[in-house]
Amino acid sequence: MKPVLEFASVTKVFPGVKALDAVSFSINNGQVHGLVGENGSGKSTLLKILSGAYHANEGQIILRGEVQDFKTTRAAIQAGIALIYQELNLVPEMTVAENLMLGQFPTKGLGFIDFNRLHGIAEKQLAEVLEGVNPKEKVKNLSIGQRQMVEIAKALLQEADIIGFDEPTSSLSDKEVQRLFEIIKNLRSQGKAIIYVSHRMEEIFEICDQVTVFRDGQRIVTYTDMEDVNHDLLVSNMVGRNIENIYNYRERPLGDTVLKVEELSGEKIPQPVSFDLKRGEILGFFGLVGAGRSEVMRLLYGADKKKSGEVHLEGRKLKIDKPKDAIVEGIVFMPEDRKYDGVIPIRNVSENINISCRRLHKKFNIFLDETWEANNANKFVKTLSIKTPSINQRVGNLSGGNQQKIILARWLSEDVSVLLMDEPTRGIDVGTKNEIYNLMYRLTEEGKSIICISSDLPEIMGVSDRLLVMKDGEIVGALNREEMDEETIIKLALTTNSTDNKNKLLIKE
Amino acid sequence: MSKKNSIAKTTRYLWDNSGMLLIFIVLVILLSIFVPYFFTWRNMVGLGLSVSMVGMVACTMVFCLASGAFDLSVENIIAFSGVSAAMIINMTGSVVLGVLGGIIGGGIFGLLNGIIIAKAGINALITTLAMSQIIRGLAFIVSRGSAVGIMNENFFSLGNGQILSIPNPIWITIICFVIFGVLLNKTTYGKNTLAIGGNVEAARLAGIAVDKVRIAIFTLQGLMAGFAGVVLASRMTSGQPNTSVGFSLDVISACVLGGVSLSGGIAPIQGAIVGVLIMGTVQNAMNLMNIPTFYQYVVRGMILLIAVLMDRFKEQSRSA
Repeated sequence: MKPVLEFASVTKVFPGVKALDAVSFSINNGQVHGLVGENGSGKSTLLKILSGAYHANEGQIILRGEVQDFKTTRAAIQAGIALIYQELNLVPEMTVAENLMLGQFPTKGLGFIDFNRLHGIAEKQLAEVLEGVNPKEKVKNLSIGQRQMVEIAKALLQEADIIGFDEPTSSLSDKEVQRLFEIIKNLRSQGKAIIYVSHRMEEIFEICDQVTVFRDGQRIVTYTDMEDVNHDLLVSNMVGRNIENIYNYRERPLGDTVLKVEELSGEKIPQPVSFDLKRGEILGFFGLVGAGRSEVMRLLYGADKKKSGEVHLEGRKLKIDKPKDAIVEGIVFMPEDRKYDGVIPIRNVSENINISCRRLHKKFNIFLDETWEANNANKFVKTLSIKTPSINQRVGNLSGGNQQKIILARWLSEDVSVLLMDEPTRGIDVGTKNEIYNLMYRLTEEGKSIICISSDLPEIMGVSDRLLVMKDGEIVGALNREEMDEETIIKLALTTNSTDNKNKLLIKE
Repeated sequence: MSKKNSIAKTTRYLWDNSGMLLIFIVLVILLSIFVPYFFTWRNMVGLGLSVSMVGMVACTMVFCLASGAFDLSVENIIAFSGVSAAMIINMTGSVVLGVLGGIIGGGIFGLLNGIIIAKAGINALITTLAMSQIIRGLAFIVSRGSAVGIMNENFFSLGNGQILSIPNPIWITIICFVIFGVLLNKTTYGKNTLAIGGNVEAARLAGIAVDKVRIAIFTLQGLMAGFAGVVLASRMTSGQPNTSVGFSLDVISACVLGGVSLSGGIAPIQGAIVGVLIMGTVQNAMNLMNIPTFYQYVVRGMILLIAVLMDRFKEQSRSA
């Protein structure tokens, strides 16, 4: 078979870093080609070069036998290449139909938009991927899964025959993931070439026909037959060493109850929830996206307004109205969306780490203690092995895993007793995940307690001492470690018609 | 090779961090050579005096910009505070009361700006635009539409006196820059301001009292504009309700020229100083060269555009 797309010694150099080092491989029509590798291994850079957003320093992209040099993203789109990113490129305030046809509205002449034709085309196009959505609906009212389908419809409308997905499932529910896979398989059978980037190994094995592994900007290996490779082999190629069990659960003694949450409710959690947490415990929260897990944490942390509820720490009743109140009591929160709620991208590593704890280390109670702050930042860069040229580097330039470590460092600079971690490893590579799990065990061994939210079922089963399952804003089950098995948990998390109802609700909002 | 490399690196560093300062120095050298009278003590003092107002208000505007907001009402607070100071002095005969009245009056408007922006979540552009109309109107109302002459001569020394043959407004500006420079770079208030401008939700979740910081920023801005209004009244020996139209944008332009980001989070105070000086120097040189005012507008606009374009390219070459 002649490949539709070939990368020939593609090299991309950023100041100080070789992001891609003479990468060569090819992609065939009618196949799903997986790209795996740790963060910073070069997958995203390669996709950006393919999309025309970056320019290769050396090497060529050969599309259908012709050397291409995309000067702009538009040129790439016209050549039939569509990329669907984690952060979707839709205009929330515009309708689905308008988003689909953005830049190529059908007109009636004189520049007036022909809305009848617009909606007609949109409806036809949507029918292929997304049922039950009105093309006149505003995109902001759709769920993330639905928005992704809109992006796919848009790619198809542009007659793309090479479609790249960058971590498409990171914010999808299981059901939406299955729907996405059906569509991808359908596209494959139509002869389109699919590039699929993911950290989730199960997905790679489920959907891909070939897989290429990246490490440190180099192509390590391409498996053209998925029979030749298994999970462990793929992972060891990615990290360059063997990782047997990444969760590496450690049995630890648990102490008395340290945190007691009673009858907590708020706007998004109308039914009060109660739970408690033991010293040294890792308490998992599992549920579908939108089950209300993050909302409970935000209420507890004082980020959203409570309607009711009491929080007791070591027997003392706390008054938490704003995040600062929680931080002072040693309850800290690592938000799900690091980029928007966690770090301050244009400020440097040191400032992002010291943003909260610096209040305790002022000189004469007025001036910042810059020496202390630099030492503190350097200490965590070293102990958490944060990969950064210096503590003066802007955090926006670092990878997601390193940003997550910076937020961890921010809270470990405080006298913490309870860590609330919302999807702590989302979008983070295997090696760093492993580091974060080990750190979680170490912290709990030191007597801290952790509440961990995750949508990754193997992960939450892998690290939790105890698991609470949420559905529609309520806690529907509690399982000890020995009681956890996938079937039970999934049954608790979803009953057949609940997801449909939720999708309807999302559209109505 | 390595020596050449390190020279290139140093130049790069200087350009990235003090490009505007270099331009300013070159500008001063060129003007000193080619424009007669430019590099004389008399002209230098005049230049300093002419930028002192913009300089003072730039100190607090830097905080506004750093937090991702800006304030269009400062020019009107200047007018209002000048008029009120003049009237209070005339009524009570007390310079201290007049000065305090002017400053506090400005502070109250700033506080109102801050509360509306922080608590009601209204956009800073609209809030300060609306407030600026109200304040200007009040300045005309209390002065009945005309300048208020000041009878007490003790008051004039504030704006017209000298220490070590340098006029007081220049000293005041220098002191303000020192104080607010320290506040911005050495205190949690400054760092929290930058964090809010960088990512407001992340700052809130990191425990920063976002509303309080925002209110403080606008209150300080009001107090400073009030003080600038009092100093201006002292220099002009009267409070004028129609003064300083367009001044707010002059201050913002000077800050942006010096590399302060309009979207917040990046605010080098030394940049703001250089920005203020470049704007003032160009103006001064054009006056010395008798360039008509109409052309001066065009030149100033072009300088601002070129400066932000340059900054844009610098940013792109760094990230590419």
